Amino acid sequence: MTGPGPHDHSASGIAAADIEEPSAVSVRLPPQRSRRLMGWARENLFGSLPNTVLTLLALWLLWEIVPPLLSWGLLHAQWSGDGNACREAGGACWALIGQRHRLMLFGVYPYEEHWRPLLATCVLIALLATSALRAFWRPWLLAAWAGGLVAIAVLMWGGVLGMTYVETDRWGGLPVTLVIAVLGLAFAFPFSILLALGRRSDLPAIRAISVGYIELVRGVPLVSVLFMASVMFPLFLPEGVTVDKLLRALVGMMLFTAAYLAEAVRGGLQAIPRGQEEAADALGLSYWQKTRLIVLPQALRLVIPPIVNQFITCFKDTSLVTIVGLYDLLAATKVALADPEWRPFFVEGYIAAAAVYWCFCFFMSRYSQWLERELATGHRR
Amino acid sequence: MSAARQGVVKRSLLNSARFRGIIYQVLVVGLVVALGWYLVHNTLINLAARGIATGLDFLGREAGFDIGESSIPYSSADSYFHALVVGLLNTLEIAILGMVLATVLGLVIGISRLSGNWIVARLATLYVEGVRNVPLLLQLFVWYGLVTALPGPRQALNPLPGIFLSNRGLKMPLPESHPIHVWLLLALAVGLVLAWLLKRWAVARHARTGRPFPWLWAGTGLTLGLPFLLFLAAGAPLAMDVPTLRGFNFSGGATLSPEFAALLAGLTVYTAAFIAEIVRSGILAVPSGQTEAALSLGLSRGKTLRLIILPQALRVMVPSLTSQYLNLTKNSSLAVAIGYPDLVSVANTAINQTGQAVEGVGVVMTVFLVISLALSLLMNWYNAKVALVTR
Repeated sequence: MTGPGPHDHSASGIAAADIEEPSAVSVRLPPQRSRRLMGWARENLFGSLPNTVLTLLALWLLWEIVPPLLSWGLLHAQWSGDGNACREAGGACWALIGQRHRLMLFGVYPYEEHWRPLLATCVLIALLATSALRAFWRPWLLAAWAGGLVAIAVLMWGGVLGMTYVETDRWGGLPVTLVIAVLGLAFAFPFSILLALGRRSDLPAIRAISVGYIELVRGVPLVSVLFMASVMFPLFLPEGVTVDKLLRALVGMMLFTAAYLAEAVRGGLQAIPRGQEEAADALGLSYWQKTRLIVLPQALRLVIPPIVNQFITCFKDTSLVTIVGLYDLLAATKVALADPEWRPFFVEGYIAAAAVYWCFCFFMSRYSQWLERELATGHRR
Repeated sequence: MSAARQGVVKRSLLNSARFRGIIYQVLVVGLVVALGWYLVHNTLINLAARGIATGLDFLGREAGFDIGESSIPYSSADSYFHALVVGLLNTLEIAILGMVLATVLGLVIGISRLSGNWIVARLATLYVEGVRNVPLLLQLFVWYGLVTALPGPRQALNPLPGIFLSNRGLKMPLPESHPIHVWLLLALAVGLVLAWLLKRWAVARHARTGRPFPWLWAGTGLTLGLPFLLFLAAGAPLAMDVPTLRGFNFSGGATLSPEFAALLAGLTVYTAAFIAEIVRSGILAVPSGQTEAALSLGLSRGKTLRLIILPQALRVMVPSLTSQYLNLTKNSSLAVAIGYPDLVSVANTAINQTGQAVEGVGVVMTVFLVISLALSLLMNWYNAKVALVTR
């Protein structure tokens, strides 16, 4: 394609006979687009006047932003030492992360016991990673989850095997974020299937209750659901019964997520051709047999990518538990930055926390896109 | 099948799908009602034990707390109801401004992502992927931290004459009140109505005769020109109330508080990333044959985008845009984390003072439901207007 030659533009068929054989002088250069860098630049950056203006504007923007950012983040940055060293350096204070990362990641969990939340986080991430691969979608995966969750609970709470007991009030950081996101979604899932089936039910009362719940919850902000869970939950229970703060937030998160998830599941249910249900009816299957054996296996397969997306949302939304006084990753970061020594360097702290959130969310969204292609089946229109 | 089963000729009532349906519904409704009754019962006992009053009477009592910013007159001697209205107005203010700004920014970023210009497309992608994957609350904390870390009023940044950026917020000049302002607004309204009538006439004529009329330019000129002429006729009263440094703070001019600025910036930047993706997928959903047909008819690039691509892309975009607008409105409740007095944070203060959590949360939920419903209705009406008319 790139090699210039006398026969490069050879026209095909009869027309070729009419055209003079090109002499050495009239050899044409290949089209511009095939010339390496300059051609690419002309094509993509300076194709027309508006395009050139845009490019120049973008370059100016980069010139304004990138050098100061580099000088702040790299050239004048302080990588170790304390707050005073940072103040003198005048640039970014990455030393903050070295000094405070354990507080940011694990909150006020007893310092000597930090290996426990670390291990629990690793177990949870390993479980998530294992579940991501289709080859592992086998019944034993459920057993692995059950075992993993028990291990996480033992690690976090302790009180057995010589580990000191740590109440949930002292849990914090990344494990709390992950636990609320994972368990919130896991508990919401069965509930959301019931809600979605209810919304498509032929029975008017059941449909009305499902629609009412879904629309009510989707209409209100998560903050007020969390407030309700943290303030009103104790009022709902019989006198003397108290519920852990973490559990309350978890219930709030679950009730909220279920409504959104139900809509995703309903999307999957709607994508199943009507004929599938009619065939099941014709075979004489009962409603639950039909749902369990015919409808759900096909619908849930379609719903997996939206569920992953919902998990990303759920993961980001866990940061809101900060507002009701739990120490998730964001709140722990805030605590780590509350020290007057480090307070001026809040941007660096938040950048570190943002990087953690970003990694999780970005890879999950890429995974969901990949999964969507992987699972694409014939009847998805 | 078997002889034993064949003996049962009479069908049991339980075999009727209708009857079973009724049974199921009665069971489920009964369960829900029982659960509700149990919760209410417990709540009443708990409230009585704690000596907390029930009912909405507290709305009429004196609130006794101040609210940082308010678009209507408010003092701490006013009622809780009044305080909640102030909070609601603040919520609406931030939501509407946020929607407008996020739509504009999202449209620009979304179109940029599809631009043939390599750098512009990459920058837009960087923006979307960077912003969308970080929780909004974290972004709000950063914005709020940045705004409050600005220098004090004495060293305020002064990017444009009359505009001051300091840790007290953004100060800008405000035109001094003049009787002409009311008339200007009136002229604007008249201009809008005239422009709308002009558009109707132009579209009808175009459909009838095929002769186009540049109604967009004429309408814009009419809408803006009428107030401008009136402004000139009144002698162009340009007196401005410019903020000036007095002692430790500015006086005069209009103020954007740090909380408001941080919340607005956070909501706009975050929602714009999602709107950009909606715009992008909307445009991609228009078959490329449409563009090719338009270009081969001799329409310019701009006209192709405006007359062919965007109207079709809008159909795909409207439902997702609706949910993003709703998200933005609901996300404005994160104001409570940085201290902007929106509805949720005012209601929180009220709950802390009166202890009436059920009523407080109930009021917030009702208001948000009404807003969601109103916005959905509005967008559904718009959707019905732009949706493809099929047989």
